[in-house]
Amino acid sequence: MKQAVTSRFSMIDLVNESVAGLFSRPGRAVLTILGTALGVGTLVATLGIAKTAGNQIVTRFDALAQTEVLIEPISQPGSRLQSVIPWDAGVRLARLNGVTAAATLSQVPVDGLISAVPFNDPLRQTEFSFNVYAASADLIESVRGTIATGRFFDEGHSERADPVAVIGPAVANRLNMTRVDQQPAIKIGERIFSVIGIIGEVAREPSLLSAVVIPDGTARELYDLGAPAEVHIDTVIGANQLIARQAPIALAPNNPELLEARTARDPREVRQVVQEDVNALFLVLGGITLLVGAIGIANVVLVSVIERIGEIGLRRALGAGRRHIARQFLFESLLMGLIGGVIGASAGVLAIVGASAYNQWTPVMDAWVPLAAPLVGAAVGLVAGVYPSLRAASLEPVDALRAGV
Amino acid sequence: MTLPGPATVMIESDQPVVELIDVERVFDTTPPVHALREINLSIAEGEYVSVSGPSGSGKSTLLNILGLLDRPTSGTYLLDGIDTSDLNDRRRASVRGQRVGFVFQAFHLLNTRSVLDNVIIGQIYNRIPRSERKPRAVAALERVGLGHRVDFRPDRLSGGERQRVAIARAIAHSPSLLLCDEPTGNLDSGTTESIMALFEDLHRVDGLTLVVITHDEAVSARAPRTVNIIDGYLTEQ
Ligand SMILES: Nc1ncnc2c1ncn2[C@@H]1O[C@H](COP(=O)(O)OP(=O)(O)OP(=O)(O)O)[C@@H](O)[C@H]1O
Ligand SMILES: [Mg+2]
Repeated sequence: MKQAVTSRFSMIDLVNESVAGLFSRPGRAVLTILGTALGVGTLVATLGIAKTAGNQIVTRFDALAQTEVLIEPISQPGSRLQSVIPWDAGVRLARLNGVTAAATLSQVPVDGLISAVPFNDPLRQTEFSFNVYAASADLIESVRGTIATGRFFDEGHSERADPVAVIGPAVANRLNMTRVDQQPAIKIGERIFSVIGIIGEVAREPSLLSAVVIPDGTARELYDLGAPAEVHIDTVIGANQLIARQAPIALAPNNPELLEARTARDPREVRQVVQEDVNALFLVLGGITLLVGAIGIANVVLVSVIERIGEIGLRRALGAGRRHIARQFLFESLLMGLIGGVIGASAGVLAIVGASAYNQWTPVMDAWVPLAAPLVGAAVGLVAGVYPSLRAASLEPVDALRAGV
Repeated sequence: MTLPGPATVMIESDQPVVELIDVERVFDTTPPVHALREINLSIAEGEYVSVSGPSGSGKSTLLNILGLLDRPTSGTYLLDGIDTSDLNDRRRASVRGQRVGFVFQAFHLLNTRSVLDNVIIGQIYNRIPRSERKPRAVAALERVGLGHRVDFRPDRLSGGERQRVAIARAIAHSPSLLLCDEPTGNLDSGTTESIMALFEDLHRVDGLTLVVITHDEAVSARAPRTVNIIDGYLTEQ
């Protein structure tokens, strides 16, 4: 019964004393907190902006890039290459599982300008220079395009080498052509072609918008076109990488290495790369800032321990054990880190929103980032406080009372 | 109102509050300093003991041992009958906090906290229930005549008032033993007089057990019992 129970330092008292200790020098506390806030803020902003930018890239790439393959002969000098892609490339590739449409596309060397027949206004310019392309029947599907009016040519036109043409909207505009139900005629150089359709829009190959497109067969017959220049393939989503491997073999079984299949990089891979680039740089920066913040806290708490030696001696005289002294300084340190973490998280989120608004992105971030940030700050404070707290606890009460007031 | 505390628990016993048996304190320096030698001292409950002696004679060393801030190199110290040499650091801290009150020459007040908070801090490590702390602190401040200064900050008080706050802090938890190391060393003679009158009052009216170190002959002469330390040896007067 005479044996005393040990002293205690309740949680409420710990918080009270630590907060009071912290705010006894508010200016210093604010400056110290700023270091952690900066570090945590950098980390939060980095993770959020990387995620936001990555997400942006994915949405931009998703729709089109995952379904597109372009086949071209490997560019090296030598005329033999001209004949690598067969004329029936579109039909051959359409048989592959995962291909939704494929079509050849080649520029046709024409001399002479393009004009409407008959030209109705002698005062205005009537002859224009447009690119002329030869293509196979599925071109519009292959470039995810639409026909505004009329129709696209088919294999029959190509086999018969019919002089028909489909024109891009820019060409139609220049030639003052809005309807094709009368099959208006145009002149390409000295040759007359019937316009059977006008392109609406295309998701790929925007050059088609200001071009005249004629059937492959017609181009071979009239302009001696040797072989298709490239093949456009549209695939089902996610099949582009597979088709890119299969298409050269399907087109040139004997020497597929002469063909090059181009695809956009896998968007997940792109996002990964972007995030890793951004992350690596700024996470290091954030980490260093945090480390500096931690050293700042450690330093300030240590100074505070030395300044408050008298208070430590007093508390020991009042019954505080070593652990209670350590706990108080540790908690003060943790509190500075925690407040820094909260401020940093808020600032980081604001930075993400600001950067997103500036770039017109949709801000995206993992929910755990702003929630974990204060904990990171608190952990930094805790770690930073260990050494000063142990120093405070190791003081002998007599020495502390003698040294300080 | 009867406040629970160690002092009231001890009422039945007639054992001394302080019992020092052959206590020595040697500081392990080169050369070693023999600060206390063969100290035998018994202080009964309610006694008022003044400790005097020349500078460097060992007065503060004795007080630190009495207050469990320091350990004897050899010998036995019983506080309220508890053999303190058996206690580990943690237990010494709690016995110190619960049974001893300190008044220092330099006051040791926290200037960023109110007078009331300074007195309450004397109770937070002692398992005194939160609801009791403020009434005890206010009662102690009224006891030392500072009931009108509870919300002040210590740095706006006079030296005498500051020492009264420190005394209130030292008595608010009803200690068995009040230890004062030159409590008037920083005060002028008029203020010293009023602080000494307060100590006598605490001894006579409240029955506190007091040990007061002083250089001042006049102060020392007023105490009912005076011990003298010279070169580490203690003699009764
Ligand atoms: N930690 C220590 N290490 C070494 N020697 C010490 C230590 N503390 C005190 N001493 C020595 O012990 C002796 C007694 O010191 P103490 O402080 O008890 O004297 P005092 O009587 O209180 O003197 P004063 O009246 O000046 O306060 C002195 O010679 C002092 O130098
Ligand atoms: Mg002394």
